[in-house]
Amino acid sequence: MAPPPHRRPGFSRKAQYGLFATYVIAIAGTVVAALLLIISVADPTGFAALRAAGAEITAPVARFFNSIRRTGNDMGGNLSAYFDAASKNAALTKEVRANRTKLIEARALKVENARLRGLLKLRDESGEQVAVGRLISSTASSTRRIATLSIGSNYGIERAQPVRGPAGLIGRVIETGPTTARILLVTDAENLVPVMRVGDGLPAFSTGLGNGLVVIKPLNLGESPFKVGDIIVTSGNGGLYQPNIPFARVIRKTNDGALARPLADPSNSPYAIVMKAYQAEARAAQQAIAPDGKAKEVTE
Amino acid sequence: MKNPVTAIRLPLRPGREYESRFDREQSLLKMLAIPIASIVLASMVTTLPFMTTQPLLPPFGLLMFLAWRLMRPGLLPVWSGVPFGLIDDLFSGQPFGSAGLLWSLAMLAVEIIDARAIWRDYMQDWLIASLLIITVLLGGLWIAGMAHAAPDPVVLLPQMLLSILLYPLVVRICARLDSWRLAT
Repeated sequence: MAPPPHRRPGFSRKAQYGLFATYVIAIAGTVVAALLLIISVADPTGFAALRAAGAEITAPVARFFNSIRRTGNDMGGNLSAYFDAASKNAALTKEVRANRTKLIEARALKVENARLRGLLKLRDESGEQVAVGRLISSTASSTRRIATLSIGSNYGIERAQPVRGPAGLIGRVIETGPTTARILLVTDAENLVPVMRVGDGLPAFSTGLGNGLVVIKPLNLGESPFKVGDIIVTSGNGGLYQPNIPFARVIRKTNDGALARPLADPSNSPYAIVMKAYQAEARAAQQAIAPDGKAKEVTE
Repeated sequence: MKNPVTAIRLPLRPGREYESRFDREQSLLKMLAIPIASIVLASMVTTLPFMTTQPLLPPFGLLMFLAWRLMRPGLLPVWSGVPFGLIDDLFSGQPFGSAGLLWSLAMLAVEIIDARAIWRDYMQDWLIASLLIITVLLGGLWIAGMAHAAPDPVVLLPQMLLSILLYPLVVRICARLDSWRLAT
């Protein structure tokens, strides 16, 4: 490309000053951007209103394209269901028969569980869902793993509420707008989830890796006790996530823990349930009496 | 006198009362709005329902911005990295101000390169854009790591590769938009 005509403004003083001014503005603008960055690093919630406005503006388009994508997926599923329908039918019938007994046993256990809880006077604060929405977009170009939910404070969604899909835990709410909310996915490096192994309740923590996997680290030091195929569920420690939400499946053992793949895939989850925080009052009280007085929840 | 095609200037002549078939002028609105709108819309691509488990979607706003800057030097003012970057920050999920800073630094870097290597060909532009894309993505990761826990830089490799390979396509889109912008 030819050199632009304005680079050598000639003998005109006005043009020379004008060119100089653009450089001054450019450098001043860079400094301002750096200051804004420092503010947002110090206080991550500072510009939440601006981001919420951005999400609100683009939400209708995202909703529209999301419904198209979903229809396309459904059509594909419906079409492929016609192939090998007979053999699939036979297999499913067998499976239903096998599951029926288990279901009856599970129902009996549920009744027994409720009775025992009643004896112990345990009160369930949670389990109640706040609202059901859809994930309409995600920050696919950034290293942060944040998704946008199609409903916001108009459905009573608040910060720090857990979000789960039919398959398992998706994340938690970090920002709410009038009709959208932003969800910090469990695969974000910032999201720390208290979990346990299903078989023996081995307590552990999960951290996202940013590449679709999570790292499971047991609380006890020592050799990794995990095996490939172990199912991890939330433990309910900390009072944010309700216990026993399906979380992840171990795919590789490492020296001090395990790599696991979350069971809920945000791109394929038909809906997302926002739930009330488990033991929200206990959690609030605990944070109020934090010894240093500044035990603030990060990124919230 | 015909307007120079590289700079946005006001038409020098008052409008005619009849439609002239030759020596027509470009629409000022189109000349101004197309570059701005294309960069902002490219930044908004992240709000489409692409759900990825890792950062994979190329930063289309940055690609479009670099394409306009390298294809038409002098069209975007030197300070334009700040406003475009701040708009991109609203949609990217990065801490606010991150792209504002990085895009502005990229703009200044291109300005310095422009003063040294004046006559460049397409491959050199691609190389410059590739280096800037890599720098901005790594810078974004570093900034995200200052505010929050950040993943390993290795997760960025597929995104970098995809962005560099998609840059020529964005330049072509940009060139089409440019010929539409300057059409009379």
